[in-house]
Amino acid sequence: MNVLVYLVPMALALGLAGLAGFLWSLRNGQYDDLEGAAVRVLDDGDICSNKE
Amino acid sequence: MTHLAQSTDLSMFVTHNASGHAHMDLAVEGVGCASCIRKIENGLKKTPGVVDARVNFTDRRVAVDWNDDTLTAGEVIEVLEHIGYEAHPFQPARVESEEAKQARWLLRCLGLAGFAAMNIMLLSVSVWSGNASDMTQETRDFFHWLSALIALPAAAYAGQPFFQSALRALRTRQVNMDVPISIGVVLALGMSLVETATHAEHAYFDSALMLLFFLLCGRYLDHAMQRKTRAVAGNLAALKADTAHRFGQNQEIVVVPAAALRPGDRLLVRPGERVPADGVVVSGTSDIDESLVTGETHPRSVSAGATIYAGSVNFNGALTVRVTAAGAGTLIDEVQRLLDKALETKSRIVRLSDRAARLYAPVVHTAAAVTAIGWLLAGASVHDAIITGIAVLIITCPCALALAIPAVQVVASGALFRSGVIINAGDAIERLAAIDTVVFDKTGTLTLPDMRVENAADVAPAVLENAARLALSSRHPLAVALAHEARQRLPFENAIEETGQGVRAIIDGVEARLGSAEFCGRTAASAGSDTEASVIFYSHGTVAVAFSIRQQLRPDAVAVIQALRERGVALHILSGDRSSAVAPVAKALGIASWQSGLKPADKIAFIESSKRVGCNVLMVGDGLNDAPALAAAHVSLSPISASDITQAQADGVFLGERLAPVLDAVAISHRARGLMLQNLWLAVIYNAVAVPIAMAGFVTPLIAAVAMSGSSILVTVNALRARRRGVSP
Repeated sequence: MNVLVYLVPMALALGLAGLAGFLWSLRNGQYDDLEGAAVRVLDDGDICSNKE
Repeated sequence: MTHLAQSTDLSMFVTHNASGHAHMDLAVEGVGCASCIRKIENGLKKTPGVVDARVNFTDRRVAVDWNDDTLTAGEVIEVLEHIGYEAHPFQPARVESEEAKQARWLLRCLGLAGFAAMNIMLLSVSVWSGNASDMTQETRDFFHWLSALIALPAAAYAGQPFFQSALRALRTRQVNMDVPISIGVVLALGMSLVETATHAEHAYFDSALMLLFFLLCGRYLDHAMQRKTRAVAGNLAALKADTAHRFGQNQEIVVVPAAALRPGDRLLVRPGERVPADGVVVSGTSDIDESLVTGETHPRSVSAGATIYAGSVNFNGALTVRVTAAGAGTLIDEVQRLLDKALETKSRIVRLSDRAARLYAPVVHTAAAVTAIGWLLAGASVHDAIITGIAVLIITCPCALALAIPAVQVVASGALFRSGVIINAGDAIERLAAIDTVVFDKTGTLTLPDMRVENAADVAPAVLENAARLALSSRHPLAVALAHEARQRLPFENAIEETGQGVRAIIDGVEARLGSAEFCGRTAASAGSDTEASVIFYSHGTVAVAFSIRQQLRPDAVAVIQALRERGVALHILSGDRSSAVAPVAKALGIASWQSGLKPADKIAFIESSKRVGCNVLMVGDGLNDAPALAAAHVSLSPISASDITQAQADGVFLGERLAPVLDAVAISHRARGLMLQNLWLAVIYNAVAVPIAMAGFVTPLIAAVAMSGSSILVTVNALRARRRGVSP
């Protein structure tokens, strides 16, 4: 069972990393405009303007 | 709208942020795709002076930051107009920013609960499978302590929405659904902690957190739906916002948003304009159309000293008006007094979910107590008896019950939203479902808010097109109605308006005239005998036409009324208009019960008497005179064109020219209430199965987890059936 000494902290750390990521994205305003995010991804204007 | 951008004083909409840049929020029309976002953002950012521009596609708004030195608010709107979007400055209501904060908080709670529930589940699954095989007691205890370490702080934070609401309810000596939820969560955590300390086999940390996670999902979605409808309502208010011509100190005229007007301001109201605020006429004479205020379609003539109301339309003469404080007019006074009274007597309707909670909490808590006492009497140890009692509370924790109603509400408001109905009050759906009587106002509700040409079909298309295009050059209300018929919205360049008479222009080398009978060289007698219609004349060479313009029924009114009747709903028309105007409408719709010439107090009296005989009345109206009746009715709707005071009283607002949203609202709400009851029964059946198992002491954390998530998913899936659209003909 010694393997638990590594695995449990790793599992918790991964979970906490996910939580930290979520809280960061929340603070960053990424949930303020959900529909906008869905359509913005279809817009490739940034790629086109780079080619120009 | 160009005049708005160029000369309006928009300072009331502009705020300055910490870095000194000006900031303004704009509601934008016509944002419908990904490329719109890029067009608007790039177009604005390319403009010198603009610091940042961000489109919020969900709310259809643009937030712009710019440098005050190089750009004005009006120029920002002009830039947008140039790109091809009509933008309206927007004053974010305080409620909205509060709600945005609330939404973030809920989302943070949801994230935390999700993280905690999943990690504890990871540990719990290990324990469950370990119990069946060869897990040592030390390892199990270690996992339980680890679960406690995650669960306790997470529940303390993520449970706040429920704990706070439960405390609020208890303080007023009431029970809502959050009380049993809070008790269940706290007991589950407390018992698990004690059990862990005594090296017991079962702990319920996962159940408590999973419960919070599911409930927070429901609560967040509910909140998001409310916020969305409120954002749309806010945009519509911005789109509708009137401007006013205010006299400045040196008698120069400044265009200001109507929201910026203060009592004492002096305004110029030109022909064809809507009166932007309540006031007293200082000088000038005119006829004004007060159909939005009183329902009366016949214009009233006003001169110096007369009181006029916001929302009336000025017909033919320019008026100088002094703005009076809201509520100063006699009619407004009466409406306000009736409103206060109506709101006072409005019985608090107990929501379905609160009714369920009131029934549920005592039953469940008694069951838990009976279980514990029963086991004690049967000879079990105090510890075992209490544990079994608490297990009953955990398994009955009203996950399904608490989701049963909000889930349907979210889905149904979404369906209503797609049908063009925006619900203001949270429990409006429940109340709409119960109605058996619909009372309609006539003017602006059954009829279109603006007048239309009645005999358009009888006129040669080319003549109609020319007349309509000529009408584009006039602001007279009759001309505006005629201008609706123009297929090409191109005014004639050489058109000249002669105030109070009409417009003329040279078309194909011959002079065409549109206006009064004298102006077109006709006699008024050729107007015909219809007293309800107003007539505007058109002459072009040998062609001479009299356009008959009148209020017309909403295009689908007959079909909607018929469908409502088929649903077994009693229908009435209560109008402030003359009987000669109401009778034809009632006849066309086949509504036998109609009354005309009613004052606001008469409308309330009718609704009160219907209520006394046990009818649940849906009032649909738009006029200022309908506001008290809307407040008095069981539930109310008003069209988006309604006056502001009226809209504030209505439980919901419907969009567009059609009457179908009213029918949809009734149909969708009816279905939603059915689903709510179904869900409640599902929750009851779940409890009926689970409680005996818990009472018998067979519940393990695994069974609790499966039962709770299973029942929650069941009611949520059932709620999705409310998605279907209405039944519009």
